[in-house]
Formats: sequence, structure tokens, C-alpha cells
Amino acid sequence: MDPEKVIICRCENVTLKDLLDAIDKGYTDLESLKRYLRIGMGPCQGKYCLILAASILRRRLGKNYDELLLPKNRPPLKPIEAYYFLKPPKEAKDLEV
Amino acid sequence: MIDFSRGRKVKFYYNDKVIEAYEGESVLAALYAIGYRVFSYSPDGERPRGAFCMIGKCSSCLSMVNGVPNTRICIEPVREGLRVYSQKGFPEVPKVEEVVEAETIVLKPDVLVIGGGPAGLQASLTLAEYGLKVVLVDEHFKLGGQLVKQTHRFFGAKKFYGGIRGFNIASKLSREVMDNENIEVFLRAYAYGIFKNGYVGVAVRGEKPLNLLVRPKAIVAGVGASEKMIMFENNDLPGVMGAGGAQTLMNEYGIKPGERALVIGAGNVGLIIAYQLLQAGVKVHGIAEIMPKIGGWFVHAAKVRRYGVKIYTRHTITKAIGRDRVEKAEIAMVDEHFQPIPGSEKVFDTDLVLLAVGLQPNYAFFSQAGAVMKYIPELGGLVPLRTKYLETSVENLYVAGDASGIEEATTAFIEGEIAALSIAIKLGAGNNKTIKKREELLDYLWNEYRKSPVVMRACQGKLKATVSEEEMEKIRRGELDGI
Repeated sequence: MDPEKVIICRCENVTLKDLLDAIDKGYTDLESLKRYLRIGMGPCQGKYCLILAASILRRRLGKNYDELLLPKNRPPLKPIEAYYFLKPPKEAKDLEV
Repeated sequence: MIDFSRGRKVKFYYNDKVIEAYEGESVLAALYAIGYRVFSYSPDGERPRGAFCMIGKCSSCLSMVNGVPNTRICIEPVREGLRVYSQKGFPEVPKVEEVVEAETIVLKPDVLVIGGGPAGLQASLTLAEYGLKVVLVDEHFKLGGQLVKQTHRFFGAKKFYGGIRGFNIASKLSREVMDNENIEVFLRAYAYGIFKNGYVGVAVRGEKPLNLLVRPKAIVAGVGASEKMIMFENNDLPGVMGAGGAQTLMNEYGIKPGERALVIGAGNVGLIIAYQLLQAGVKVHGIAEIMPKIGGWFVHAAKVRRYGVKIYTRHTITKAIGRDRVEKAEIAMVDEHFQPIPGSEKVFDTDLVLLAVGLQPNYAFFSQAGAVMKYIPELGGLVPLRTKYLETSVENLYVAGDASGIEEATTAFIEGEIAALSIAIKLGAGNNKTIKKREELLDYLWNEYRKSPVVMRACQGKLKATVSEEEMEKIRRGELDGI
């Protein structure tokens, strides 16, 4: 298999080669791989790539999945249009914050 | 076998070309029906991307819809006059002259149900029976979740729709939910996160977009699952599709997904999709299964074999070949470490590679809510720990259906009902009969339904994810990590 032709993350166009190179450079946890390669940061927010990246890390490092902590999920859980946040609620008193 | 009643004809524009479609279709389905296969490109603009998930999860169909870039056209309903443009690489920031502002509305129902699939529909109806006010949200433009593409008659007890075809169950329950005055339904409504004091933000798409801030007393999150991806060369080439994506085309919209298919994975989904492809007049070259044994039920395997479909065990896909779409695909035998053996390759002329390699629960909502999660291979991935009443470590947040671990629609109905009964009891809307009903359901689920050998693996997984109420209390206090 040519790792340059295997796509790990469609959203950010990250290949298996990119991932293997990054691991060789020392990015050996999902959080730093996310920051370095942007896996999990695209429109699907890691639905497909994180589990693939985790399986490769697991094999390379001999760890189990529970040790490979996934990056934190933050809202919005999927990108949404900014116009949802332009207007405060009509009755601000309804909002007990 | 299935009659497709098409809706009213509508016209919309794709890259300024007039497209005829039927009301009730998604933009992607309408385009697929007339031969489009490439729907977007990788961010660098180099690699074409085709339909993959077809249910609004992946990023392979992002397009510009009425001026809004990065819109998923697989869950965008066709409308008269809609203007859709394909994107190549990252889109430009749109120049907006008139800003649409979404109204923000605060809602305080008793229960928020996220997801209108089997778990969410059953939960909503049960809650409404107890007089509880329910807000049900789903990101698709119709209710039913993945039931809408299940064409087989369900097994199991009559109470849980045994003997009825999946899509018929979907329309029956959707109608009941829509007609129920205790249930308020929002479609094209995406729950984007949970915030302080238990507010859940929901973005409702449409001509008049709404930002709902829902503050319920309890939540049932039946948010379902996504298909898994595997690694092989050109695994993003148009024509490589999730098996569920092809089911959406065939069973929901009556569109033939291709001419010659290769199926990857001989679990139940792989076997059933192979059979459905044959029914739709698609040639099936074979099914490649990486394990030495077929994973699905014997009856399904026997059925496809009778039609002459070869099942290649110990085989996996190594590459998809083609320029803008799949033209050929190569499989190879694997060794005991699941690595392809050189020289064992077989190449097929095919325009469809369907991946039926498992599902993984959608965990993001629970994880963002702060629920204690556990990776359980038998359940397909990361799931929240829960009590047998399906409450997670975040108090009043319940899980049901595939989001609680991959099983099937029948258990999703049952879990939806158990979660709903537990909420009714907790909120004081139930009585002794409710408790008895819940105990009977739990007994049926664990001591009867899940005792069947075919669901043993999932049952073991669910056991691993379920903790006692005392353990859950300790997990909440941080005295036990649950992992």
C-alpha cells in the first residue's frame, strides 16, 4: 500500500504518510497529532479519522485504546453558521445563567 | 418489492443548470439519480470526492446552497428555485449583503429527546403517554433515522414491531409523534452542545433559522452512529461508499447506486446490502471479509450465495483504481496479522466499493457533556458508562439506541422506552405500575432478547458499559474512574 494514497482524514486531506511521518517526529498522542495535522478539526469533527489514527498509534506504541485519550469535544460539535449567535433571546430574563 | 411514491416535481439549479427533482428528495439524491458522482474536492482541490455517508455526518458533499458554503447536500431537501454550487477546495468567504439573524428562543420542556430514530421516537411516545412535555430534535429533514432504509420485516416481539418492515415502522411512529400534542418536533435541528445550567443549544435550519436554547429536566440522547472508514489506496475515490449510504440511495430514494459492486465486510450489513444490490439489479462481484469466518447470520450468507455471490474470507481491499470515480478495485488475501499477502491480489471491474466494516457510536455529545466514557470494541467504540436505567454519569442525561453501543433497531426501541420510563419515574410522573413495566422490559431485554447467541458479542459489550447505581454514584463523586 502506498501510504501517500491512503486518506486518513477526508476533511483536511491527511494521508497515512502524513500521519506516520508525524508519529516518527514524536507526535505520539492524539491531541498533538490533532494540532499538528488538523485531524479532527474539519467539518466532520473527527468522526472517521480519530479512530483510524488511534488504531495506528495503538499498534505503534503497543497501548490500548483507553490510554489514547481522544481530544476534547467542544461546542459547536459541528460547524454551524455564525448567524445563530447574533441575536440574544427576546426575554433575557428567561435565561437563568 | 417496494413502491416508491415520488413527490411533486420541483426544479432547482446546480451550477446554474436546471435540475428536475421530486419533493422529499435530498439535493444529493436528486443529482445522483441523473448521473452525478463527484460532489466536492479535497481542500487542496486535487482529489474528487463522492457520496459517502449520505446522512449528514462526513464532509464529502459540502456545497454552496443559497449562498451558504459548506452545506451538506445529502440532508438538504430539494426546493423550488434552490441554488446549489459545487465547491472545489476551500470556499471563499461569502459576501453577504443582508444578514439573516436567527431568532433565539428559550424552551423549557420536561424532556429533550435528541435524535428521531427508533430510540428517540419510542422514548418520545412513552414520555408523552405520561403527560410529559417533550421537545424532539433531529438534524435530518424527516423523522425515522435509519429505520427509513430498512426494508426487511423485523424479528422479535410484536410489541416491538416484529413482522413489520423498518420503513413502515418509521412512518407509523413518525405520524404518531407528529400528531401527539405533548411532543414538539423540530426537524433540520442540530444539537450543537450542552452548556451551563443544562441548556442545550439547537440550531434549526430553514428559511427562518432558529437558535433554540432548551433547558429540559432530562435528556434522552439517541444520537445514533456513523459508519467506519478503513485504510486502502484511494479510499476517498467517488464510488467508495458506506453500505448505509448505498441503502439510502436504493431503499429510501429508489436510486440505483451503480452497476457493478464489491462489498467489503461479511457481517449482517454486508450480507444484506449484497442482497439488496442484487434486488436493485446491481451485479455483485463478491464480498471480501478480512476474518476467517463470516460475521453475519448464516441465513443471510446462504441467501447471497444462492445468487452466486462469492464470499472471500481472509481477504481485504487494498486499492480502489480510477481517475474521477472507481473503475476497478483490488482485494488481496491477508496473513495472520491481517497484512495483505503479495501475489494474492484479485482485481474486479467495478464502479462501487461498499464499506460494511462496522459502525461507531456518535459519542461527541456525551463527551462534551462531561460523561465518563469507555472504549468498548464489542460496541463499536467510545460509549458513555450508564446504569441499567440508561442514565449516564451526567445526571439526567440518558443514552439509548446505537449511541449506547452498536446493536440493532429492536434494542433501540427497548432502550428508548426504558430511558423514558426511568425519566417518568424520576420526575414523579410514573407510579408502581411504571416501575413494574420497566422491570419487565429490563427482564425481556437482558434475559430473553440478548440471550440469543447472535447478539452475544453486543450483549457482552453492553454488560461492560453498565454499572450499578452505587458505582455510578462513586463515579460521579470521582471516587471511581469506571474505566
